[in-house]
Amino acid sequence: MMSSIIKVKDVKTIFGTKVVHDGLNLTVNEGELYGLLGPSGCGKTTLLKEMVMLQEYHGGSIEILGNNLNSIKYEKAQQLRREWGVLFQGGALFSSLNLKDNIARPLIEYTDLSQKMIDEIVEFKINIVGLKSSDALLFPSQISGGMTKKAALARALSMDPKLLFLDEPTSGLDPISAREFDRLILDLKQLLGLTIVMVSHDLQSIYDTLDKVAIIDEKKIVYEGTLENLKSVDNGFVHTFFEGHM
Amino acid sequence: MANITHMEVDLSEVRYIDTAAAIFLNTLKQNLQEKKISFEIVGANSDMNGTIELVNKTKTTSLPLPKAKSLGILNYIGELSYNYYIGFLSFISFLGKLFATKLYYLKSFKNIRFKEIAFEINESAIKALGIIALTSFLVGLVIAYQSAYQLKIYGANIFIVDMMGIATLRELAPLMTAIVIAGRSGSAFTAQIGAMKITEELDAMRTMGFDPYIYLVLPRIIALMLTMPILIFVADIMGVFGGMIVANFSLDITPKLFIERFNEVIEAKQFFIGISKGPYFAFLIASIGIYRGLRVKDDTQSIGLNTTKSVVESIFAVIICDAIFSIIFTNMGI
Repeated sequence: MMSSIIKVKDVKTIFGTKVVHDGLNLTVNEGELYGLLGPSGCGKTTLLKEMVMLQEYHGGSIEILGNNLNSIKYEKAQQLRREWGVLFQGGALFSSLNLKDNIARPLIEYTDLSQKMIDEIVEFKINIVGLKSSDALLFPSQISGGMTKKAALARALSMDPKLLFLDEPTSGLDPISAREFDRLILDLKQLLGLTIVMVSHDLQSIYDTLDKVAIIDEKKIVYEGTLENLKSVDNGFVHTFFEGHM
Repeated sequence: MANITHMEVDLSEVRYIDTAAAIFLNTLKQNLQEKKISFEIVGANSDMNGTIELVNKTKTTSLPLPKAKSLGILNYIGELSYNYYIGFLSFISFLGKLFATKLYYLKSFKNIRFKEIAFEINESAIKALGIIALTSFLVGLVIAYQSAYQLKIYGANIFIVDMMGIATLRELAPLMTAIVIAGRSGSAFTAQIGAMKITEELDAMRTMGFDPYIYLVLPRIIALMLTMPILIFVADIMGVFGGMIVANFSLDITPKLFIERFNEVIEAKQFFIGISKGPYFAFLIASIGIYRGLRVKDDTQSIGLNTTKSVVESIFAVIICDAIFSIIFTNMGI
């Protein structure tokens, strides 16, 4: 029996007079690699930000790892923030810190581990995402786009979260690095038993990695389910986007 | 014009036309058709015809560009005032958040970010010592030099000490320091935090449970509030020193005489009044700088705009604050 990690119920979002979401419902189960898809401007990233408590929503409820975000208390919210990892589109590494300190930061703040132990953990995280130990002392301004994404992934994984949010993980990467990054995500999911929610535009990446998708269009979820059953969906965006693959 | 019924454009000598030329021909054709004059293009090769065709086809399906709306003066003033009103409200809400976070600091000693505070003290105070010393020295020198000439006329040479002492300790040193710090640290705060907002570093911090108010905002404000009085003290020394040099060379008042007179006429309260303004100025500069940084939107122009506003607003706020202090102290008879 799979348990649900994220439950989104009737979520409404309004910016000024513009309604972005009008009653979204979706469920992410444990161990899934779940994709949020849809035309640009449909509010995929907004929904992701609502899930990680960066953006307020104006109706409905979101439940993450058993916590209802509508009524969550400060202390509980702080604890929840240690149980997930978020990879931002541009990496969002702290530019004043080198890679090692970026990855070590949550460990230093939230644990009593010794410096030696933290170094060991950082070394493991750097290598598992496909960077080299010798990169540890580089600053974010000194590394390439692909390395930035990997380092940001290593930072997102530093507290060993069970839940990972990825905002367009392959955008801005060349096709080879993008496929490499897809494989990396699949491997890490296997190795660490992650549940992953990801926003993506990269068709190849969608077919290579995702177990289940939700398609947001016209303020609603027009489809939630596996990629195979997508053929039966009668929606303009689905037809144009998946044309070649159906 | 009246009796022309037909026009021909001969393109046989033309090798190439760009879309601008095609648009011109197309518009000409339409204008002539309205006046019932027939129009024909001859000698165009297939490339040219293709271009003309494309232009004509696009013209028939596209709508003319919308005119940028020009608002009346009343509309403009209304929008501007409303924006100022909203800006004011959001600054108040920023202050509210700031004090709420300060309570969190008071809850436990462990919550205070000593390392960040120390880092900011070094960045915005210790590294600023040189420039503050230099500017206040020069301002002291210039003001003493200008007044030395006037005092000489009346034979009131020795009063340079009274004048320099009170003006520098009470007003000039605190204001000069605040202005230099507003230009130096206020703008830096805005740019740093604004850039962090654009690169999503602030969002990343929040998702990791690092509240930017605790990690970025309060350390900067506290660091500046702690060090501002020290910076003003340095500015005091250098400003009076500048006056002393001028007194020595232009008015024949030896440093020894200057210091004796200084001890006699300048009360300690002048010094303490100047110093006590420091934390207030520092709070204004730091909070405006950071507030402006947090207001930066997702484009690069926004950083420049907010940095400018940050410096202008903090200098303005400092001067207003100084005026209020001036009234309070005078009324209290200090």
